[in-house]
Amino acid sequence: MKSTIRMYLGYMRLSILQQFQYPVRNYFYMVGMIAEPIIYLVVWQTVARARGGAVGGFTAGEIAAYYIVWTLVRNMNIVLTPYAWENRIQRGQLSGQLLRPIHPLHIDLAYFTGWKFVVIAMWLPIAAVLILVFQPAIQLSLGNVAAFVIALWGGFLVRFMLQWALGMLSFWTTRVNAVFQLYFTIELLLSGRFVPLSFLPDWAQSIAGWLPFKWAFGYPIEVILGRWSPQEIFFGFAMQAVWVLIGLAIIALVWRAGVSRFSSVGN
Amino acid sequence: MDLFRLMWKFFRVGAMNELQYRANLVLQLLQSLLGLVTGLIGLALVFTFTNDLGGWSRSELLAVMGVHIMMGGVIRMTIQPNMERLMGEVEDGTLDYALTKPADAQVLISVREIRIWQMTDVLMGVIILLIAIDQMQAGIGFIHAIGFGIAIVLGGLMIYSFWLMLTTGAFWITQVDTIIQLFDGLYQAGRWPVGIYPDWLRTTLTFLVPVAFAVTIPAEAVTDRLTIQVLAGAFVFTVLLLVLSRTVWKIGLRQYSGASA
Repeated sequence: MKSTIRMYLGYMRLSILQQFQYPVRNYFYMVGMIAEPIIYLVVWQTVARARGGAVGGFTAGEIAAYYIVWTLVRNMNIVLTPYAWENRIQRGQLSGQLLRPIHPLHIDLAYFTGWKFVVIAMWLPIAAVLILVFQPAIQLSLGNVAAFVIALWGGFLVRFMLQWALGMLSFWTTRVNAVFQLYFTIELLLSGRFVPLSFLPDWAQSIAGWLPFKWAFGYPIEVILGRWSPQEIFFGFAMQAVWVLIGLAIIALVWRAGVSRFSSVGN
Repeated sequence: MDLFRLMWKFFRVGAMNELQYRANLVLQLLQSLLGLVTGLIGLALVFTFTNDLGGWSRSELLAVMGVHIMMGGVIRMTIQPNMERLMGEVEDGTLDYALTKPADAQVLISVREIRIWQMTDVLMGVIILLIAIDQMQAGIGFIHAIGFGIAIVLGGLMIYSFWLMLTTGAFWITQVDTIIQLFDGLYQAGRWPVGIYPDWLRTTLTFLVPVAFAVTIPAEAVTDRLTIQVLAGAFVFTVLLLVLSRTVWKIGLRQYSGASA
């Protein structure tokens, strides 16, 4: 146990140091991503104003708040993509990782967790600018902020596990790009990233309820906006836990079979 | 004339190269379709709540989307791959091979790569645009079509100049791959008419990153919004950008010291 913690701290430190090495690159990346929510924000504010103030239960100010929190959640949602997995397997990099005495899942998790602290630090000034420009309407309460912090990290774990599990498809076929793209499109539409889920028709909202995506994205945002009651918030934590466990179960089941199929070339 | 012969040669080589990988066509088609579906869903959602967005009707916005998809395809088919290659070569110092060739270096680096599968986006954009025009009650006249043709060429040239200047930045700071990410993000803003954005963003999208000229203005031509003054302005701005980007390129080239020589 103690050595596991030391391992995690070590990899976290490593990733923090590595990521601070390229501040400009990280910033360009983050600024490039800011364009997406700003577009949504402006479009929906325009719609809200055309309707005399609100759309789908959101006022123009609340839409601004939604998409500003969005930027943090989006950054927290970046995990090891299935494309990186594909790369790892195609190039045989995995064999090096297999030689280490711990499961590669730990290394990745520690690495991305460390990176997130860099991301949060770099996000703060961006958020300050967005708040100044778009004047969000938000009532923060201590309880909601605390719940948000948990939901934010919970969402990171949900997405991390599921993407890791999905990436393992690459063990069986190296042409899984199409599957990934389909997955990402459904995720985009039903997570709360494209629009707040309450903008969707009822049937789409009920589909979203059965899928993991909203627990990683829309849920944390709506929690800090104060749209969820305490009971609902705890239900959300439970759902996040369920999906993390489902992800872990898939990984545990598939990992052995996958690795036994893996044959690396070159090293 | 040499310029066109050179372009044609590179086009053929590039096309033959890509034709080796037919499976990529299917993949590209899927990607284009998913992008299209997402765009259509966005449009449909907006119009479940309202009948007009900043003065644009649904079919007019569909026209904007068509132009956006088409122009995006053109950029990814021709401009972006060339600029990516240039960035890579500046970083590796292998640009020497292009510079020592007996042709104008700027022309050469601008026509070497082509990704023909991106044609799917170009075609899809055209189809969407035609459907949108069909849906608009007014239809379009000959004069609109001419205006559209001119606007789209000017827009393409502006995007090219803009990309060239960005890429030339590689001569000073070699780590510019994230610029592509940045451009992609800003280009997405063109899916909606720039008129809906706040002033500072509209100005950025017009003069700093000429998305407005590349997408909104051609779309204005087919929706009967474009005035001759705006088109003339676009022409002047295009010439200005072309000259400016060539100047920046020349200055950047002096900065380049190579690695292999």
